[in-house]
Amino acid sequence: MSRKVLLIEDEPNITEAIRFLLTREGWQVETHAEGTDAVQVVLSARPDLVILDVMLPGKSGMDVLRELREHDEMQGLPVLMLTARGQSRDREMAEQAGVSRFMTKPFSNTEVLTAVRDLHAQASRP
Amino acid sequence: MATLNVLILVCLGYVVLLFGVAFAADRLAAHGGGKWLRSPLIYTLSLSIYCTAWTFYGAVGNAARSGLEFVTIYLGPTLVMVSWWWGLRKLVRIGRSQRVTSIADLISSRYGKSNTLAVCVTILAVLGGTPYIALQLQSITLSFSIFAEADPTGLYREGSSVFWVAAGLAVFAILFGTRNLDANERHHGVVTAIALESVVKLFALLAVGIFVVWGIAGGIGPMMERIDASEIGQWHVDAGRWTTFIFLSAAAFVCLPRMFQVMVVENDDESHLRTAAWAFPLYLLLMSLFVVPIAVVGLDLMPEGSNPDLFVLTIPLSQGNDWLAMLSFIGGFSSATSMVIVTAMALSTMVSNHVVMPIWLNTQEGTASVSGDVRTIVLMARRVSIAVIMAFGYFYYLLSGGGAALASIGLVAFAGISQILPALVGGLFWRGATRTGALVGLSVGFFLWIYTLLLPGMQGGIIPPSVIENGPFGWGWLRPQALFGIEGIDPMVHTVMWSLSLNTIAFCVASMLSFPSPLERLQGAQFVNVFDHSAAPRGWTGSVAQSEDLMIMTQRILGTIPAQEFFQAEARRQNGRPGRLPEPTPQFVERLERELSGSVGAATAHAMIGQIVGGASVSVEDLLAVADESAQMLEYSSQLEAKSAELSRTARQLREANAKLTQVSRQKDAFLSQVSHELRTPMTSIRAFSEIMRDTDGLSADEQTRYAAIIHDEALRLTRLLDDLLDLSVLESGQVSLNMGDATLTEVLDRAVSSALAGEGRALSVRRVRPSERIPLHTDLDRLGQVFINLISNAQKYCDAAEPALTISAHDVGGQVVIDFIDNGDGIPPEAQAMVFEKFARVGSDKAGGAGLGLAICREIMHRLGGEVAYLPGQGGAAFRVSLPLAYRQAAQ
Repeated sequence: MSRKVLLIEDEPNITEAIRFLLTREGWQVETHAEGTDAVQVVLSARPDLVILDVMLPGKSGMDVLRELREHDEMQGLPVLMLTARGQSRDREMAEQAGVSRFMTKPFSNTEVLTAVRDLHAQASRP
Repeated sequence: MATLNVLILVCLGYVVLLFGVAFAADRLAAHGGGKWLRSPLIYTLSLSIYCTAWTFYGAVGNAARSGLEFVTIYLGPTLVMVSWWWGLRKLVRIGRSQRVTSIADLISSRYGKSNTLAVCVTILAVLGGTPYIALQLQSITLSFSIFAEADPTGLYREGSSVFWVAAGLAVFAILFGTRNLDANERHHGVVTAIALESVVKLFALLAVGIFVVWGIAGGIGPMMERIDASEIGQWHVDAGRWTTFIFLSAAAFVCLPRMFQVMVVENDDESHLRTAAWAFPLYLLLMSLFVVPIAVVGLDLMPEGSNPDLFVLTIPLSQGNDWLAMLSFIGGFSSATSMVIVTAMALSTMVSNHVVMPIWLNTQEGTASVSGDVRTIVLMARRVSIAVIMAFGYFYYLLSGGGAALASIGLVAFAGISQILPALVGGLFWRGATRTGALVGLSVGFFLWIYTLLLPGMQGGIIPPSVIENGPFGWGWLRPQALFGIEGIDPMVHTVMWSLSLNTIAFCVASMLSFPSPLERLQGAQFVNVFDHSAAPRGWTGSVAQSEDLMIMTQRILGTIPAQEFFQAEARRQNGRPGRLPEPTPQFVERLERELSGSVGAATAHAMIGQIVGGASVSVEDLLAVADESAQMLEYSSQLEAKSAELSRTARQLREANAKLTQVSRQKDAFLSQVSHELRTPMTSIRAFSEIMRDTDGLSADEQTRYAAIIHDEALRLTRLLDDLLDLSVLESGQVSLNMGDATLTEVLDRAVSSALAGEGRALSVRRVRPSERIPLHTDLDRLGQVFINLISNAQKYCDAAEPALTISAHDVGGQVVIDFIDNGDGIPPEAQAMVFEKFARVGSDKAGGAGLGLAICREIMHRLGGEVAYLPGQGGAAFRVSLPLAYRQAAQ
C-alpha cells in the first residue's frame, strides 16, 4: 500500500530536499506551491499526510489548515507544519488551528523523517 | 459818621472773625466733636447763600422799581424746596453715592464721565458766574460809595475801589476756599462761616426793617397805610415775567455751582433736606418780610433820583443811625463775601479738575509718575482760577458800565446757568438721555444765551447796534432780541423762552437719535434708579446678624474645618465659652468679611455678608464689584482652560507618540519576523541538502553536483540578503556618507545598464533616448547607479512580456532631472503599487531572487540624495520615476 504525502511549500529547493528524503522512505510525494487553492488540492489528492509551509503565496498556511479542519473527513489527517518565522505565537496559533506537529526551519532531516513516521503510525493505528 | 477807614477796619475785623469761626469749626470737626456743626440748622443756613448782595440790596431796589415782582426770586426756590424736595433728595443721594465734587462733575459723571461735557458746564458756569460776581463787586462798591460820599477825607475813587474790592475778594476767596485740597471732603469750617454770615445778613436786614417800621413809620398800622398808599404796594402781575422769573430762580437754585456746592457736596445727611424744606422758605420769608416797607419808606423819604438799591444803607444813614448803617453794610458785605467764597470754591474746583488738571496731566504724560507735586499744582490751579474768575467779574463790571440794576445782572447769570437744567433733570429722570444730547442741548442754550442776552447787555459795542436792530447781515428774523420775528416781549422772557425751549428740544432729539455708550447706560441707570441701588455707607451693625447663618455660609466658602477654627478663635477672642458661636459684633463681622474676601473677593464677600447681616441692601456698586471679580475669575478660568487645553494637547501628542512607538515596535517585530523568515529559508535548504549529502550513500555524481549548486546559490542568497540589510540599516540611520562626484547622466546610465545586464538572466532590451541624457550631475554617482541597477534588474526579473524591453528617458522638469524607467510588461497591479517600496514587499508569487529590499533601499538612497523614486502609474508596463534636483550641490551631511 502506497503512502501518499502532499507537500505544500513555495520554496523549490526545500521542496526538492523533502521530496528526496520522503521518496527514499517509500512515500509517494505530491507537491503544491500555492496557498490559495491548497484546500481543494488536499481534498482531491486525499493524501495520508500533509506537510504545510506557513508563509505561502496567496493564503497563509494557518488559514489553509483552519479551513481544512472544517471538513469532517479531514479531522484525522496528520498535518506537519513547517515555519521559518519561529515565533512562539505561531506555534500557539498552529495548535489552535489543529496542527498535528509543528516544526521550525531549518530542521534536521532526521527530525522531519521521525515526525512523518510518528504521525503516520498514529494515524494508521486503528 | 463812620469814616471809610473805620469801615475798612470793620470789614477786616469781620473777615478775621469769619476765619476764626472757620478755623475753630474745622478743628472741632477734625476732633470728632461739634455735632451741631452737622446739624440741619447749619445746613439750612448754608443754603442761604442763595441770598446774595443782590437779595440784600437789590430786592429793595427791585421792589421800588417794579413793585412786588421781586417776590418771584424768592418764590422759585421756595417752590423747589416745598414741592420738589424729593428731586433734591435724589440729587443729594447721587452726589454722595457718586462722590461728585461739582455740578460739572455730576453732569460729566452721568453722561459716561465725559470730560468734554464737564468742560462745557465749567465754561458755562464761569460765564454765568461772571456777571454774578460783577454784581457782588457792584454792590460792595456802591455801599462803599455811600459812606465815601459822606467821608470828609475824600479818599474814595470809584474806579480804583472796584479794583481793590475785586482783589480783596479774590485774596479772601483764595485764603478761604483753597486752604485745603480735598474737594471731596466737606468743608465744615467754610460752611459754618457761611452759616454765620447768613445769620448776620438776616439779622442786619431785619434790624433795618424793624427800624423802618417802628422807628420811622411808627408801627405796623401806619406802615400798612403807607404801603396801601404807595404804588408799589399794588399787585401788577405780568404773567410772562412772573412765570419766567419764578422758573428761572427755581432753575438757578438747582443749577448754580455755589448752590450745588452747599446743597449736595457739603451735605452731611440727606435728612437735613427735610428740615431745610420748611426752614429755608422760612428764611426767605424773613428776608423778604421788610423789603416792601423799606422800599416804600425809602421812596417817600429819600430825595428823587437816589438809588433804591441802596435804601437799606441810605435810610439809616439819613436818619443819623450810623451803627445801624454799619450793621447793614456788614450784612451786605456778608451776602457778597459768602457768595464769592462759595462760588469761587465751586468754580475753581471745576476749572482745576476739568480744565487745568487734564491739560497738565496730558503734558506730563510719560515724563514722571504722578507724585507729590500734584498737590502744589492743584492748589496753584485753584488759586489762579479764583483770581481769573474774579478778574472776569471785574472786567464784566467795567464792560457793563456798572450802571445796570443789580437785579438785571443777577437775572442774566440765572438765565445762563439755567441752561444746565435740561441735561441735569433729564439725566436724573430719563435713562434715554445721552452725552450727545446733553452736549447739543447745552451748546444750543449756551449760544442763545450769549447771543440774545449776554452780548446785547454789554454796553461798549461788542455787538454793533445795527445787528440788534436789523439782525446779522440784515436778517431780521435773527435779531438777538427778537428771534424768529417774535417781538415786543421782555428781553429776559425772550431769552429764557428761546434758549431753554430750544435747549430742551435739542437735548431730547439728540438723545433719541444717539446711542449711549455702555458706561453712559450704566451711569444712567445708577442715576435714575439711585434709590434702588445706593446703600448706606459700608460698615456692619451686626445687630440682626445670625451667627449661625454666617457660620453656614463660611463653611461653604472656606470649608468646614477652617470655618470652625476661625469661629472658635473668634469666640475665644470674645471670651466666649468654647463651643459657642461668637457674637456678631461689628469687629467680628468685619474680620469675617476680610477672611472671606481672601477666598471669594472683597465685593462678593461684602455682598454675601450683607445678605445675612442685613441692614444694607446689595448696591449696584457691590454688584458691579462682584461682576468685576467674576470677570477676573472668568479670565482666570479661561487661563485654566487654556492650560487644560494645552495639557490635553500634550496628552494627545504623547498618545500619538506612543501610538507611533507602538507602531514602530510592531513594524520592528514584523521586520524581524520577516528577516528571520528570509534568513531561515535559505538556511533550511542549505542544511537539508548538506545533511542529505552527508548522510546519503550512493548519491549520483549528478545529484551531488546539483545539490552542491543549490547549497552554493542559497549561501549567495544569504550573503546578498545580509548585504542588503546592512545597506538599508546604514541608509535608514542616516549615517551614510555620500561620495559626491560629477558626471553626466549618460555616463551613470551606461555603467548601470552594463552592470545590471552583465550577469545571467533573461534577455532585456534597453531603449535609451540619449540626447535627453546629457545632463551634468553632481551627486553620489555610485549610489545613484545602484538605484538605476536595481530598477533595471527589476525589469529584467519581473517584466512578463514575451520580449521584455525597458525604455529609459530623461527630462528636465522645473529644476529637476526626471528619469523614467518603463517596461513593456503588465505592470504592477494598482493595489500593490503603494506597497512596492516597503521592505520585504513582493508582488505576486515571484521568487526571482531578491528578499524584497531593493526598492526600499532605492527609496532610502534617493531620499539621501535629495530626490525621490516613485511608481508611475498608467504607463502600460511597470514604470518608475527617479527625480533628482538639478542643482543639488550640497555636500554629504
